Amino acid sequence: MATADGGAYSYSLTVFSPSGKLVQIEHALAAVSSGTTSLGIKASNGIVIATEKKSSSILIDDSMIDKVSVICPNIGIVYSGMGPDFRILVAKARKSAQAYWKIYGEYPSTRILTQEIANIMQQATQSGGVRPYGVSLLVAGWDITRGPSLYQVDPSGSFWAWKASAIGKNMVNAKTFLEKRYNDDISLEDAIHTALLTLKEGFEGHMTEKTIEIGVVTVPSEADLAAGKIEGTGRVKPTFRKLTEEEVRDYLAM
Amino acid sequence: MSIMEYNGGSVIAMVGKDCVAIASDLRLGNQALGISSNFQKIFPMTNRIFLGLPGLATDVTTLKETFRYRVNMFTIKEEREIEPETFAHLVSSTLYERRFGPWFIEPVMAGLQKTHDGGYKPYIAATDLIGCLNFAKDFVVAGTASTKLFGVAEGLWEPDLEPEDLFETISQTLLNAVDRDAYSGWGAEVYVLTKDKVIKRTLKGRMD
Repeated sequence: MATADGGAYSYSLTVFSPSGKLVQIEHALAAVSSGTTSLGIKASNGIVIATEKKSSSILIDDSMIDKVSVICPNIGIVYSGMGPDFRILVAKARKSAQAYWKIYGEYPSTRILTQEIANIMQQATQSGGVRPYGVSLLVAGWDITRGPSLYQVDPSGSFWAWKASAIGKNMVNAKTFLEKRYNDDISLEDAIHTALLTLKEGFEGHMTEKTIEIGVVTVPSEADLAAGKIEGTGRVKPTFRKLTEEEVRDYLAM
Repeated sequence: MSIMEYNGGSVIAMVGKDCVAIASDLRLGNQALGISSNFQKIFPMTNRIFLGLPGLATDVTTLKETFRYRVNMFTIKEEREIEPETFAHLVSSTLYERRFGPWFIEPVMAGLQKTHDGGYKPYIAATDLIGCLNFAKDFVVAGTASTKLFGVAEGLWEPDLEPEDLFETISQTLLNAVDRDAYSGWGAEVYVLTKDKVIKRTLKGRMD
């Protein structure tokens, strides 16, 4: 800001069109739709989120790419759209989770964190000199109030809960595929298989443990809940984790 | 003279079998001059959490409103009631926000915490004026008669007291401790919390 009042940065770049649309958000959604496909499926005993890890060249070291990210021990997110925008949102989400922990001594529930992220994304549609984030997110987490929950957040900042959803390039086909195969009592194992089959539908190239990333939310057992914190550490047992390459390979082989 | 002793007053909370009790005196003074024998220091935060605020009276009133605001915002945003353990951390961080210009209060909390299998567990906690948490398993005390409260409570408390027995124990502890303190007393009230109800009783004590 060159001047005290903001100057050329004081007005929002996202303004209404005569038809009532926010054109910048439409364009942001276009950026999302051209991104690699991601999906999430909520099972009766957990959630699976997965994405393609498509590199533009074989020379890229894709072991360093992190598309499924942990926010706090009970929540993870995946995206479709612009990678750099995702990185920023992950950093802000992690900070928000820690700020919550600092006040309440526990990590936020999935819904609360999703609201925080959605607010951050909305601010970029109504603030001076910024553009909307070019990503849609799938937020998966577990908390004791609502159990496992899966939310999608769009560049506009709107969010809603899904039982199963897909975002990105192949979302229409993927969602049709999921609609056929989803039922409310699906187990986590079946959900992981279904996720892999859905990804395979629109996959360009060879699907291996190196070209996809999978994150999983598991529901704590009775014993875990009774124990509360892990013995001696005072920390809660994480409910979200990324599958290792070996585990992904095993699932692909089945 | 310390600011914590300006108005006087004491609070105690105790754990029983599937119940908790929290009790306070009712005195408000201006140093040695007693002003009111009806000054409430214990406030309900939710149906299952009670907060006792002994210390400077103006801060008692301000903090009770501050916590009411924060708990209401929590309830509305999270669409659920706050649990005692979460509330204790909220109290701690609220006090630490004023680390270098603190509220002159040493809060005492009592409540029933939901367990994962749908039952309720008794929960008490206290903090110092800058938010250091104390998660005692038996009893917590604060206020001008705190040293006396420690003594009597240590002698009278035993684990797994039924609600009626817990009431007797906490009442005797409070009454006898405040009788040894010039700045506490002038009446007392006791809240006993069980999973279905809260019983508030006003005690007849020495009015000197």
